[in-house]
Amino acid sequence: MTEVAPPLLEVRDMHKSFPGVRALEGVRLSVRRGEVHALLGENGAGKSTLLKILAGAQPTDAGEIWFDGQALAAADRPLDRQRAGLITIYQEFNLLPDMSVAENMYLGREPLRRGLIDWPRMFADADAILADLGMTIDPRCEVRLLSVAQQQMVEIARAMTQNAKLIVMDEPTAALSAREVDTLHRLIAGLKARGISIIYVTHRLEEVKACCDRFTVLRDGRFVADGNVADVEIGDIIRLMVGRNVEFLRLPRRPAGDIVLRVRDVVRRRHPTDIHAVTLNNLSLDLHAGEILGLAGLVGAGRTEFARILFGADKADGGILYLDGWTGRFRSPGQAIGAGLALVPEDRKQQGCFLDQSIRHNMSLPSLSRIAKWGLFVDERAEHALVDHYARALRIKMPNAEVAIGTLSGGNQQKVLLARCMALRPRVLIVDEPTRGIDVGAKGEVHQLLADLAGEGVAVVVISSELPEVMAVSDRIAVFREGSLTGIVEAVEADEAQLMHLMAVETAPLAATA
Amino acid sequence: MTEPQVDGSMTDNAAIVREPASRRRDMIGWLRTYGTALFLVVLIVFFTAQNDRFLSPRNLTNILTEVSIYGIISVGMTFVILTGGVDLAVGSLLAFAGMAGGLAAHAMGLDSTFDWLAALVAALAVGGIVGWLQGRAVTFFGIPAFIVTLGGMTMWRGATLILNDGAPVSGYSDAYRWWGTGAVLGLPVPVLIFALVAAIGYVVQRYSRYGRQIYAVGGNIEAARLNGLDVKRLVTSVYVAIGLLSGLAGFLLSARLGSAEAVAGTGYELRVIASVVIGGASLSGGRGGIGGTVIGALLIGVMGNGLVIMHVSSYWQQVVIGFIIVAAVAFDTYTKTRR
Repeated sequence: MTEVAPPLLEVRDMHKSFPGVRALEGVRLSVRRGEVHALLGENGAGKSTLLKILAGAQPTDAGEIWFDGQALAAADRPLDRQRAGLITIYQEFNLLPDMSVAENMYLGREPLRRGLIDWPRMFADADAILADLGMTIDPRCEVRLLSVAQQQMVEIARAMTQNAKLIVMDEPTAALSAREVDTLHRLIAGLKARGISIIYVTHRLEEVKACCDRFTVLRDGRFVADGNVADVEIGDIIRLMVGRNVEFLRLPRRPAGDIVLRVRDVVRRRHPTDIHAVTLNNLSLDLHAGEILGLAGLVGAGRTEFARILFGADKADGGILYLDGWTGRFRSPGQAIGAGLALVPEDRKQQGCFLDQSIRHNMSLPSLSRIAKWGLFVDERAEHALVDHYARALRIKMPNAEVAIGTLSGGNQQKVLLARCMALRPRVLIVDEPTRGIDVGAKGEVHQLLADLAGEGVAVVVISSELPEVMAVSDRIAVFREGSLTGIVEAVEADEAQLMHLMAVETAPLAATA
Repeated sequence: MTEPQVDGSMTDNAAIVREPASRRRDMIGWLRTYGTALFLVVLIVFFTAQNDRFLSPRNLTNILTEVSIYGIISVGMTFVILTGGVDLAVGSLLAFAGMAGGLAAHAMGLDSTFDWLAALVAALAVGGIVGWLQGRAVTFFGIPAFIVTLGGMTMWRGATLILNDGAPVSGYSDAYRWWGTGAVLGLPVPVLIFALVAAIGYVVQRYSRYGRQIYAVGGNIEAARLNGLDVKRLVTSVYVAIGLLSGLAGFLLSARLGSAEAVAGTGYELRVIASVVIGGASLSGGRGGIGGTVIGALLIGVMGNGLVIMHVSSYWQQVVIGFIIVAAVAFDTYTKTRR
């Protein structure tokens, strides 16, 4: 009988609920010593929640975590987990940009001599660790001068100073170039050789084949499968990931009308001042009256950035819009609104709502110029009529229109923002993550509203990270991958595995316009 | 169909109506709205009880005239603070514009009865232009308003000294002096102008599209931009407005004192900001109003005057006024977190 070494990390029957959402239901995860373990699943499958719990950033409702032969206390804080050797590297790095590499590596654990920081030793130690990992980074260099890939290496080097046994990497390659990805994978192989385990979260499935040993797939907060990467094909993994059990009513299709908006060759290059920004490569598409065009893609694929450029909210390096008489790009959202566009932004609280202000003020703001006397004073009677009309049409549940929008539920806040856009009577409506963070009932209502708007001839663009949602509401689906369009498909013909393939696996970008 | 008032999801703060806590909340809300006014009334009663000269017409006229000069600027400051900004340069700008006005009046000739018009135009022009420059520095170069106006505070004071080599300008016509010392129907002219400015400010804040847009910019600048507002122009405009009002105040103060002094308005920035903050505005923007500001300005004036009448030393006055500012903000923060 061969003796099987106990796994380094064992998560058993993990449960976690948020108000209204069951994020994890009986999840398990087993990571062996010295393996690279891919944690896979669609957006909303529960990966992020699991990572936060592992890092000690969130408590569990139920479940055990065994690490290195010991049960970890549920009350652990992030620092306790780090001391145990369980290090998490988030997508947004935790580095202090104005401090040196060595200072970042030893932050809070600086080597001391007679109570004062022993600078020579700190730099020597840092240098030794960096050299040991095969990195050519000067420990005295300020972190803000490093590239994204180098900053990530500093994070890994810092993990080494903490005697890491398990390093959790959340989408480590999302901001890396192909060559940098190779370097990272070599580095990971080196860590593995030292017996360090890695949990590797990614949406890029070819990387799973390239650098991972085993995988675990989550779906709807549940464990679906685990196994050896060598035993499966990418297609198998996609089949395990998709098929989320989300009930969305598939809405009836409508015949599309004339082209309202043509978009040609939208380009955004990488800017040295903003190395995390997504680049966009020659994006072109047409938008028809009365259709809903879904934009599908992984987080960071460039959908939101594309929409914000259309709306004049961000600058582009190239691209032309044709909208009736208008040709060019909008220089500001005000200009775009004037031309008949409207946007419900991605982040309801940060970009959409004036949380302290009343529902009335929130809803009427961009329409004030139309209901102002002599263009100066707000015609409050017209304003009340407008608010009443949309509150009734959208069945917004509120005590009255004078309460702060911040007191409403997420679904009703979203309806207020939709009403705000509808009151502008737009020809093109862009809705970014229309149902994020709102309950299921309200989701259905929002979908119906979007369908009704399209029925009235509005060209609607829906951005959603939930594939089932995109498939339920759209007439056509444009798929984004790393700033390129990889396909435009009719929603009736689309199946989830095909879309996932376009989103997550290397494919040639669409050459011509659709 | 009978729908509940709030939808059934537990995801958000659905508690809009909840019985036992609501009366307490009403009480706090009432205090937030009327607390400052109540405190003002209490102060007036207290000082009257201490010394019946406090309520004499002459003393009241004194208080109101004193309040009017910085009260006018406080109206502008309300809009600046509503956008989330601040203007520390108002005291220096008041002196600068007043001095420019005084020199313009002299240029008209000392016996001219329209020297006041030249002074008023010059003061408003200087105030407006300087305000515009500061506003542009904030919006187009992205320099924090605190820094721009901190620099301005020194720069315009220095410029005032340069204008007339540190010497005061005086010797105005009676028509000029009327703007500071005259009265209509028994009310001093500066007080009437303050009332007019405050009334206009209130109407703009409460009823105009511009007022709504200012609240929007202060409440959430990114959301304001995405709603099509020209955020930079709006923010610039409030600095122009406060510049113009500082110029007006500089003119009125020189008319009242009969001379434009290089040290005029020293320390006004604190009184002005204090008026707005005591009036309930939030320094992070989006919350506050002219009504509260006027009460805040009156409160500071009454407090200063009352302490003088009670023969409290001016040293102690500073301590008391400073304490009231901190207490007002502490109350505001406390009630906000307990909401």
